[in-house]
Amino acid sequence: MTTSAVSTAAEAVARIRSGDTVMVGGFGLVGAPLTLIDALVDESDATDLTIVSNNIGEPGRGLGKLLRQGRIRRGISSYFTSNPEAVAAVNAGEIEATLVPQGTFAEAIRAGGAGIGGFYTPVGAGTLLAEGKEERLIGGVRHVLEEPIRADVALVYAARADTLGNLWYRRTARNFNPLMATAATVTIAEAGEIVAVGELEPEAVVTPHLYVDYLVEKA
Amino acid sequence: MSGDDARHRIAQRAAQELRPGEVVNLGIGIPNLIPGFLGAETKVVLHTENGLLGVGPRPGEGELDPDMIDAAKQPITALPGAAYFDSASSFAMIRGGHVDVAVLGALEVSARGDIANWAVPGKDVLGVGGAMDLVVGARRVIVTMTATSSGRPKVVGDCTYPLTAAGAVDVIITELSVFRLLDGELHLTELLNGATIDDVNAVTTAPFAISLEERHAP
Repeated sequence: MTTSAVSTAAEAVARIRSGDTVMVGGFGLVGAPLTLIDALVDESDATDLTIVSNNIGEPGRGLGKLLRQGRIRRGISSYFTSNPEAVAAVNAGEIEATLVPQGTFAEAIRAGGAGIGGFYTPVGAGTLLAEGKEERLIGGVRHVLEEPIRADVALVYAARADTLGNLWYRRTARNFNPLMATAATVTIAEAGEIVAVGELEPEAVVTPHLYVDYLVEKA
Repeated sequence: MSGDDARHRIAQRAAQELRPGEVVNLGIGIPNLIPGFLGAETKVVLHTENGLLGVGPRPGEGELDPDMIDAAKQPITALPGAAYFDSASSFAMIRGGHVDVAVLGALEVSARGDIANWAVPGKDVLGVGGAMDLVVGARRVIVTMTATSSGRPKVVGDCTYPLTAAGAVDVIITELSVFRLLDGELHLTELLNGATIDDVNAVTTAPFAISLEERHAP
């Protein structure tokens, strides 16, 4: 899509259906789209969700709120441990956990957005996290096949957007956001500030607008 | 030696392993104490895997920026010349061999340089973060850890905890000694803080060669 619709958070998250896979940007809470997450928590009934995010929020904060509502069926993350309630939910069998090394997690999302069917990486070879994965020797080094990760909906955060949906990120709040913006059927971007077309330097655009479907201003 | 004292001495010795201009990623725990021992003349460039090359000192009061954290989620600053990037680029730097050194803690390191540092069986197998990527990708892997944990040796014949990677470690620094992996074999190369070979033997179950180096404190 080439034009992003500026909408309310509630309208945007209404695109999320029960059973969907939802990517959520952020490293911990830094760069997490908290307005969109709150709308998902307060204004949506979608449940049985698979969440793709580096962390499952913190206790009662960010995705931690959605976890408390029991609406997450599965998490795909590199670090569940930052939310002890997520660890407890996994240990109690309430949610299914897929743990992925952080670089593999990022690259699998990149691949998902770039139309790549997978990649071989030496990371994880010979460990618990490579169990059941296809393995191949490349240059004499054990590599494991990792498949791409995609989602139905991506929720990302950018410090600034123009009304077309071009995105600019600030400092370490960038993290997984530009990757996730490329890897979902529908991308919803929350922006700290929405400016007129022409106000972002074209060279400063990190996520070109063709990736973004909905724009929501941070509350 | 108190626990805190041991941790600071390990960090101080580890700082001396870093060379001017090297790009270094510091893990959580003892490695995070290393910047306190890096003089301005060291010119080490710090990388944090959540997306910054050129990490500066901790911010003072009033300098806090909510968009500025390191991989331990602690507040940071950036130095002039710093660069920000997304997580896929950050780990491409790591796996691609562009990060010279990773310094990180461990639960166990084996005589072959296998490292276990992410999971305790039956307790915590839900957080790996960037540990596997870093130990596989960094050109040099330095482990900083106390020699024992609750009396249990950490330099062992074979790791019993789940592996982070096999054969990945180059240097181990504890409060008692420095070990180096040379051609896949473990060598005791330096005694620290007045420790003797017997002291090291008493807390090390890994077999090792003794190859003590002459070294002048900088």
